[in-house]
Amino acid sequence: MAGGVADRSDGGKAEHFKALALPHLDAIYTLARYLLRSASDADDAVQECYLRAFRHFDTFRGGPIKPWLLAILRNVCHATYVGNARLVYSADTRSESDTTAAKPIWREDSETPEQAVLRRNDFETMRRLIGELPAEFREVIVLREINDLSYRDIATVTEAPIGTVMSRLARGRKMLRDAWLAAEGEGRSP
Amino acid sequence: MNCEEASILLHALIDGELDAGHARDVEAHIAICPRCAAQLREFQEFRNSMTPASLRYAAPISLRSRIEDKLPAPRAAGSSRRSVIKGFAVGATASALAASGLLVMVMRSDDERRLLGEVVSAHLRSLQAQHLTDVQSSDQHTVKPWFNGRLDVAPPVVDLTALGFTLLGGRLDYVDAKPVAAIVYRRRVHVINLFCAPAPGSAKRSAAMESLQGFSVRRWTENGLKLWAVSDINADELTEFGEKFEAALRQ
Repeated sequence: MAGGVADRSDGGKAEHFKALALPHLDAIYTLARYLLRSASDADDAVQECYLRAFRHFDTFRGGPIKPWLLAILRNVCHATYVGNARLVYSADTRSESDTTAAKPIWREDSETPEQAVLRRNDFETMRRLIGELPAEFREVIVLREINDLSYRDIATVTEAPIGTVMSRLARGRKMLRDAWLAAEGEGRSP
Repeated sequence: MNCEEASILLHALIDGELDAGHARDVEAHIAICPRCAAQLREFQEFRNSMTPASLRYAAPISLRSRIEDKLPAPRAAGSSRRSVIKGFAVGATASALAASGLLVMVMRSDDERRLLGEVVSAHLRSLQAQHLTDVQSSDQHTVKPWFNGRLDVAPPVVDLTALGFTLLGGRLDYVDAKPVAAIVYRRRVHVINLFCAPAPGSAKRSAAMESLQGFSVRRWTENGLKLWAVSDINADELTEFGEKFEAALRQ
């Protein structure tokens, strides 16, 4: 065990870090769930994000900590799950019809009838449709619509220019709305 | 502005991310382009139908405690077990307090900034579109009843002519996609728009002065109403207006 002084300063730093960073746990976890589409992977990624953030807490330059944490989480997801199908980014040249017509990639593997009913609920459908967006659109939609970040913060987190954020958001919303209308149409047809 | 640009910028308009100048450009395009106007409406409706709270995931408690366990414990060495536990409790309380305070502050400042942009845009629109007033009268007893049935609340209308601010009339406007009352005053050649939006249950907040793109804005909350006074007169004069308005209301 290390000496008392080191421990105390470490403890103080940890306390400061916890007070700042833990309030955003749900927001970080939400992005992880949407990016990785798996509860257990999201758990691991968020834990790694917080430990990494604490190790590099000295480099945090103040200001809102949420974008800083989200950027770390995104890097963790990319580093750990590189090559993972869920994180595949579509080429920007891909046409909209390709992406909107894309088959859902994800389904609960063992779906009980109760879960099937639940899935028909609006918000479950919306969660699923967001999860089915190509990753670069998915992340801006989650950061803007769910985590309520400003365009500037989204640009920081995704390491993209603001103009790119704006066009991705516009296209992402269009894809999501089209998918939503299609899902609604399916729900109504007998 | 062409449709291609507008189709991207209208999202920034919905998100309150445009400055007053760009917002005006997009609005001008939408006014003459039914297709883009329809798009704006559709995306606004779609966005309103999304409920962010239901789309969030709550982190499992086990995850939170795993993270807390892995971070260095506060006041670890040299203290008794009891004081360690006490330290944890204090830390947790402090985090919880910081959590609620921080979140509220972050959200509020984002929201306020967006609304600030919207009221300045509305002020600019009122000057440019030759649509300053729906009801033109310097008589508060004419202006106030005009809002009946048009709004959920009766906006406060007071005549401040004797104090140097002439009542010009009232207008229905939109801020944050909701109808608000705009009460219009004149100071010399300068127009002051006073926007009143219902904010039921909100606590009284004293006035704060802001400035955005050369306009002064004084905002405050009172009697379940959010108020913004917007003008190109200087901050001191707008403060004077606000104070006289508040004083007249109390009489």
